[in-house]
Amino acid sequence: MSKIISLVCGIIFGIGLTVSQMIDPAKVLGFLNIFGDWDPSLAFVMVGALIISSPFFHLFKNNKKPIFVKSFNYTTNKEINKKLIIGSSLFGSGWGLAGLCPGPAIASLTLLNINSAVFVVAMFVGFYLVKFSEPTTQAR
Amino acid sequence: MNIVNFTPVPAFLGGALIGLAVVLFFVFNGRLIGISGIASNFLTSKNNRFDNFLFIVGLIIGPILYKFFTSQEINISISNSFFLLSVAGLLVGVGTRIGGGCTSGHGISGMGRFSLRSVIATITFMIVGILTVLVKSLV
Repeated sequence: MSKIISLVCGIIFGIGLTVSQMIDPAKVLGFLNIFGDWDPSLAFVMVGALIISSPFFHLFKNNKKPIFVKSFNYTTNKEINKKLIIGSSLFGSGWGLAGLCPGPAIASLTLLNINSAVFVVAMFVGFYLVKFSEPTTQAR
Repeated sequence: MNIVNFTPVPAFLGGALIGLAVVLFFVFNGRLIGISGIASNFLTSKNNRFDNFLFIVGLIIGPILYKFFTSQEINISISNSFFLLSVAGLLVGVGTRIGGGCTSGHGISGMGRFSLRSVIATITFMIVGILTVLVKSLV
């Protein structure tokens, strides 16, 4: 059953990116262009997602186990350190350059857009570089 | 600042769907959705590999299903050179792994759990993203 949930969650997430138009880098760049012609839509996407998800995190966090698997499996890392700031800054600069982050980049592969494909290949090279330069890093 | 192309209702509804996916994945499968984590773990880790694969397949077919059932076209515009896209992709890949998350992992799953670490990450990548767009518009 967990396999079906994984597929369904991916589908719902992909539809969410499409409905909200976040699959379009122009919408994302519009949001980041706060000093020019600003499109605040992305903020409403985050508000919509947080309003739905946040109550459930707090309702279920004391549950012993999830419904279809044996135990919860997510990071409890609370560290605020240089790595967090440097990594997030590198991510922010790439995000601002192309208007693509991992979700929309992968979802837009469906449109057979060569530009998204170039971005996604480079992104996966980036994943590998970090994986092999820091073998102890626990990816989440 | 001028406000342009603002689409609050579809943005909110699409966001709610993303939130629903996050809730289902958490309540049923016990995991948090972070696309950079799911995608990189699919390539580099054996743990939950098939689940991660199915999630990515879903993410890719979601927009096609939307198009099929609503018969609406999905338009995207990417106007960058291959060189710039490669640099951007590399920065996103490296940055999300060093920083432990992206817009979904930190911005939604982390902030939804009121994780201060994720709030700081989200503020950081938003500020740097905004500055990058500002610098791009000046050069």
